[in-house]
Amino acid sequence: MFYREAGQYKSTYAADMAVFPLRQDRIGIAVILAIAFIGIPMIGNDFFIATVMIPFLVFSLAAIGLNILTGYTGLISLGTAAFMGVGAYACYKLTTLFPGVNIIVLILVSGLFSAAIGVLFGLPSLRIKGFYLAVATLAAQFFLQWAFVRVPWLFNYNASGAIEVPLRSLFGIPVTGASASAETRYFVCLGLVVVLTWFASNLVHGRLGRSWMAVRDMDIAAELMGIKLLNAKLLAFAVSSFYAGVAGAMMIFLWYGGGEAADVFNIRLSFNILFMVIIGGLGSLIGSFFGAAFIASLPTILKFGLPALGVPLSGAAAEHVTFMLVGALIIIFLIVEPHGLARLWQITKQKLRTWPFPY
Amino acid sequence: MKKTGLMKGAALGALLAAGTAIAPVAAQDSVYFANNAYRTGPFSGSGIPIGDGMRDYIAMINERDGGVNGVKVIYEECETGYDTKKSIECYEQAKSKNTIVYSPWSTGATLAAIPRAHIDKIPILSMAYGLSASAEGSTFPWVFIPPFTYWDGASVMVKHMANELGGMDKLKGKKLGLIHLDAPFGKEPIPVLENLAKKYGFELKLYPVAAADMQNQGSLWLSIRRDRPDYLYNQGWGAMNPTAVKEAIKNGFPINKLVGVWWAGGDDDARAGGAEAKGYKSLNFNAAGTNFPVIQDIIKHVVEKGKSLAPKDKVGENLYNRGVYNSMLVVEAIRNAQKLTGKKVVNAEDMRRGLESLNITEARLKEIGMEGFGTPSTISCSDHSGHSKMYVAEWDGTKWTKGSDWIEPLKDEVRPLIEAAAKDYAEKNAGWPKRTESCEKSS
Repeated sequence: MFYREAGQYKSTYAADMAVFPLRQDRIGIAVILAIAFIGIPMIGNDFFIATVMIPFLVFSLAAIGLNILTGYTGLISLGTAAFMGVGAYACYKLTTLFPGVNIIVLILVSGLFSAAIGVLFGLPSLRIKGFYLAVATLAAQFFLQWAFVRVPWLFNYNASGAIEVPLRSLFGIPVTGASASAETRYFVCLGLVVVLTWFASNLVHGRLGRSWMAVRDMDIAAELMGIKLLNAKLLAFAVSSFYAGVAGAMMIFLWYGGGEAADVFNIRLSFNILFMVIIGGLGSLIGSFFGAAFIASLPTILKFGLPALGVPLSGAAAEHVTFMLVGALIIIFLIVEPHGLARLWQITKQKLRTWPFPY
Repeated sequence: MKKTGLMKGAALGALLAAGTAIAPVAAQDSVYFANNAYRTGPFSGSGIPIGDGMRDYIAMINERDGGVNGVKVIYEECETGYDTKKSIECYEQAKSKNTIVYSPWSTGATLAAIPRAHIDKIPILSMAYGLSASAEGSTFPWVFIPPFTYWDGASVMVKHMANELGGMDKLKGKKLGLIHLDAPFGKEPIPVLENLAKKYGFELKLYPVAAADMQNQGSLWLSIRRDRPDYLYNQGWGAMNPTAVKEAIKNGFPINKLVGVWWAGGDDDARAGGAEAKGYKSLNFNAAGTNFPVIQDIIKHVVEKGKSLAPKDKVGENLYNRGVYNSMLVVEAIRNAQKLTGKKVVNAEDMRRGLESLNITEARLKEIGMEGFGTPSTISCSDHSGHSKMYVAEWDGTKWTKGSDWIEPLKDEVRPLIEAAAKDYAEKNAGWPKRTESCEKSS
């Protein structure tokens, strides 16, 4: 009923191959973008934008990065946080070395450094798979985090080992640094996430994405079909780390605004992003957004939302309740839909298509 | 359909909830004070007594006096679990509720809040923690770090060593080890110790402990056994401290040569070592125990009425009393701000003036029932720390005792470093606002 596709004829290959072949989907995306670009900055206050929306966007991008690697190519990684860290430290070094260059360019360029490191640590993936590869990427996590603490050059010999975010502006409006407003930082995050999601969507729907999925489904078969495993796997590592690196740079420069950085990119963050990908849905871009909202934003919303709704909770109790609730919800979601929230979303759309006469 | 509907509903509800969560608390005749706390996570062992002390002193002021000059202090804790991400949320919440002062309770949280507070005009009170350089008031008009900084602490550690050895010249050729948490908090004393090591000819050995390895210091103590330092300074916090004390005993390191920073002076930290921990030392600036009128008042008005979260036998422990001292600074600053402005209900701006001209004298300490409880502290326009005196506390097996006289930090060594570091900070954080706030005369 709502999703009736009757009458939507496709007369070209391009239309048939479109990412959003249905008019309803296109309208839906337009509505979501309108809410993100206009609705939220208008309605949301600083608190909501700074503590819910910006973290959500940062984690969405990191989850997309890991999803390209784990969801689309089938390579498990536990080093996402470390690759994010590479992006953050690279961005810090770049902005101190080239103070004149636009910060958004630097955030994107720092993703390239992360990509290079990602390829390096992705090399073992040619020989090992599954859990073994996860352990190999764990080495990246430990080694890189160690480097963030012990290589003083990375944080410019700062006495407390912290990253200090300088003021950088765009068209005269401060984007990073203390005087950047929450809205500005939000718009920059949103812009980067939208562009990079669009890019990722094109990647995974194209030749590269299909070769990745072939590798995921059965790598020997993929090789027999003429896909070069070396190129496909390393490219997946590079693209995935690029996204993680950009997310890491965004995290420190647009969200945290400096401070203690080495400990932020710890193994717990790697796990959290892996959970986002699993809960959201492996091999789905929209799932990355669902997962980020669920794992990153829900605790914050519960913690500050429950007391505001009149549930008398304070301090530690709220924290414990949040842990329990999120834990329980994860279990429930995985039992109800092990393929993630993205699959739930697909089922919903399918049902809407046949509503009110299910078959 | 149902499931997505549920999700959408939840999202919408959350949106609304977040909207109402930040409705400012603006009751008549009250001021709002947000305090970060961590009653969960690996640092809760130290965070709980601190939080209890903070909470109980404010509760006592509200109960006994009906607030500060009749103005109730609405005290709210925000749970961080010592996590910087959550601290940032807590800062945003404190800001949206118009807190008169923000109390971060973690060096990482302080570092993240310092740039924001300068723009949002919210004073930060980081009592003896945080960024040492922020003691320079002309660069950091919104940050206060009384009664002293980690750099003062490091210099007192060196002085304590010299006192025991018999003079500064005896330091030559000695070895000082620094066990520290591998995070901004732990790294803070390093520049001063390096400087003093060069000047007095002792050797500095660093023993960093990663946050994940706080309770697993075995390999670290192997290196300590190999290096045989003459003294160990422990810049630790939370679960790291009892482990260090236990390891020192296990490895046969003379426990009276192990000196903790003031945050390593929890009763539970020392107690973990059992009877053999007798002689463990820690730098300190507040007295432990309940023999003070202020603690007696807390017991009478808060603890005995069942309004405290602290178990009765924990009241008066070292970290609990530290929390009391911190709340005392807040209350005295409110009082001072009221005096300066003539207003009853002060705001963050007034509070900054109140803190900047805060002068806690011996006489004032006596008036508020804290004679001999804490160190007098004077903050001025350029000096936001005061670089006050501290003493070396000694664990006698059951409680903390005063193990030395009041020791003054090496201010001549520390102050130039602070000024240089502050200048450096302002340069690196390009666009750092110049101080425009006018100076307040000390009251």
